[in-house]
Amino acid sequence: MSLDLIAQLQTRERSGTGCVAENGFCPGWIADNWDRYVDPFWQHVFLTLTSMAIGFAIAFSLAVIAHRRRWLVAPVAAFTGALYTIPSVAFFFLLQPLTGRGNTTALIALVCYTLLIIFRNVITGLASVPAETKDAAVGMGLTERQVLWRVEMPLALPEILAGLRIATTTTVGLAALAFFAGAGGLGAVLEEQPLFRSNVVVAGGLSILLAAALDLIILTVQRAMTPWRRAAAA
Amino acid sequence: MAKGGGGMSLTLAFLGDFGEAVEFIFKERESVSGGVQIGGLAEIGEFTITHLQVSVVAMAFACAVSIPIGLYLGHFGKGEFFAITVSNVGRAVPSVVLLVFFLAYLGIGFTNVAAVLFLLAVPPILTNTYVGTRQIDPEVVDAARGVGMSDLQVVRRVRLPLAMPTIFAGIRFSAVSVVATATIAPLANVQTLGEPLVTPSVYGFEGQLGAAIVVTILTLLIDAGLGGIQRAATPRGIKLAGETPARRRWLTLPTRRREAAT
Repeated sequence: MSLDLIAQLQTRERSGTGCVAENGFCPGWIADNWDRYVDPFWQHVFLTLTSMAIGFAIAFSLAVIAHRRRWLVAPVAAFTGALYTIPSVAFFFLLQPLTGRGNTTALIALVCYTLLIIFRNVITGLASVPAETKDAAVGMGLTERQVLWRVEMPLALPEILAGLRIATTTTVGLAALAFFAGAGGLGAVLEEQPLFRSNVVVAGGLSILLAAALDLIILTVQRAMTPWRRAAAA
Repeated sequence: MAKGGGGMSLTLAFLGDFGEAVEFIFKERESVSGGVQIGGLAEIGEFTITHLQVSVVAMAFACAVSIPIGLYLGHFGKGEFFAITVSNVGRAVPSVVLLVFFLAYLGIGFTNVAAVLFLLAVPPILTNTYVGTRQIDPEVVDAARGVGMSDLQVVRRVRLPLAMPTIFAGIRFSAVSVVATATIAPLANVQTLGEPLVTPSVYGFEGQLGAAIVVTILTLLIDAGLGGIQRAATPRGIKLAGETPARRRWLTLPTRRREAAT
């Protein structure tokens, strides 16, 4: 009821000026209505970062376990691959009978999509460490655990962070569909007025900027954490 | 599967929401808002056909454009920056955002949805064709030239077959995301299987869940089918060698890292 009222008010307000009534791109309207994008934006950030954190914790642990027990790699890859194949929109609905509408459903689905990419990149990263390097480390008296954390992990870092970048941009995109699970985000604003250019440019632009910004942050971290690669390149 | 209407509802009742959703797929019923008949195999079939039509059109154009360009760039070793940029930009722009940009600026309809799906399908196929062509042992190419093959022959008879598993992995990945994204096509007034998902006022939750089940099955079938073709398209020599680069190659980006490392 109150929603209907708000909708009516919006229509009246929007039919006021020519640009807005014609669904155009109106800087004036954007400046006036900027606040309506703030909450959905932060909700989008919340969905992305939370699912990335949980997804990374799960996938990274699985990869570390599977690294020493190679027979685990194929089944874990097959399982996470199957999860990855489920269409996201459908997944947001399939979970609802079990977890209802809201953040929980959205986060479960989003976490599932991060697993494959992170798992695969950690595994390939660890596997690409040259055998001679590991031999040298063992020869210096490092234990298996020390070899993993002090030798293999740093050398696998570029590949791991590359996976994190792919997973992050993918998650930002999938979170734009989380409104199907009733979890809001920028997609919800897009879907409210998909034909209104001002709305599309702001909400769409914000989600692209978010993906680009997170990508840039991880890239910067990668540069900072692997100084030896810059030294080699110079 | 469905024997008697009564028996089926009884069996499905204890499955709760999922039971009702499956019943929606098989049996027609009156809409939530009343008046029209919804659900049932006939309507689901229509949605599925539209869903496949728009996906196939997009995939056909995407393959026709990306594979030749990828082969060209890979063969002459040009455009690594181009291939990387296309795949990065492709990933950063969410599918819904791309779709609503098209809606708001170019309008609704089948052609525009197909165009959006086309744009989504291009990056994985292009990148994989490029990577697949590029990663072929240069000695193999030298040998092909040594026996007198022209550029065109090298591409068609050496590079293309050897890159086939990787290219197919890209096609498979694109097809899955295209079919998944075609689900939101009803936002552009194209009635794919997403129609019940975006209009709960007509289809209700059973309808939404039923459509979600059908979309999921459709996608898994397409993935499995293309996986089968992918294995069939792998030249026997590569299969014998055991290592199928396609398995893990389908989303990796071409990076300069490996060259720098060795």
